[in-house]
Amino acid sequence: MRDDAGDELSRVFAALADPTRRDMVARLAVGDATVNELAAPYDVSVQAVSKHIKVLEEAGLVSRTRDAQRRPCRLEPGVFDLMTKWIERYRREAEDRYQRLDEVLARMDDRESAGTDQQAGAAS
Amino acid sequence: MSSTTHHETTIEAVADLPLIRIVREFDAPRENVFRAHIDPDLVTQWLGPRGLEMKVDHYDGVTGGSYRYTHVEPDGTEHKFYGSFHEMRFPERMVQTFTWEGYPDGVSLDTAQLDDLGDGRCRLTVTSLVDSLEARDMMLSSGMDVGINEGYERLDELLARQA
Repeated sequence: MRDDAGDELSRVFAALADPTRRDMVARLAVGDATVNELAAPYDVSVQAVSKHIKVLEEAGLVSRTRDAQRRPCRLEPGVFDLMTKWIERYRREAEDRYQRLDEVLARMDDRESAGTDQQAGAAS
Repeated sequence: MSSTTHHETTIEAVADLPLIRIVREFDAPRENVFRAHIDPDLVTQWLGPRGLEMKVDHYDGVTGGSYRYTHVEPDGTEHKFYGSFHEMRFPERMVQTFTWEGYPDGVSLDTAQLDDLGDGRCRLTVTSLVDSLEARDMMLSSGMDVGINEGYERLDELLARQA
């Protein structure tokens, strides 16, 4: 299961490593779009765009709805969850670090106040 | 004087910019926070992930200086990091580069601003800028050397929900 998750993560990364695919994900974040609509801004064939979509689908980032004629692409809501989780984990690591810094600063405080008292005593 | 006041770290990642910004307040004057960032004896007490030993090769926290250190996991696995101190303006601004030796093509430019909040308190704002959105996501998702397994566990749950 762990390995599957690792593979899945690798697929997500590989899928998003390509700037065109990243662009498409950004486009789909605004709303669903057909392959033709996704291909419009690029100087590439619809076939090439279809390949990109396939990669995004296999990574679980995008799904094709069953609307028979248009088959628009839709961003999986989990994509945003994933980013949110990453950001939250990064934040928690920083918070963990800064709580240790709090402790260091509290110890410095003791030392600093002792030093300040001495200085104040000498100055007065 | 020990303080139990709890300040939550906040984070900001703009969707289409390769930067991450972290903001945190401290119940300490910014002079002390600055010192805790440049004195290697203090840095080793907080910078490394919990449970990992931090070994400093050198840590010369002055403008034009540089640093290199290693995080050692309990099983002996080492993660090395290095960078340059571009500008260290006591007690308000610290600009440095950051590279993980496992990915030497990647470099983050970290700018730390320390704002005096009065009453012996301050606010630290660290902005990490990398050269691509891919690098930013690597930075966000990798957790460098901890939390990978923990992250995978949560990813398991996430993917289970997606399926």
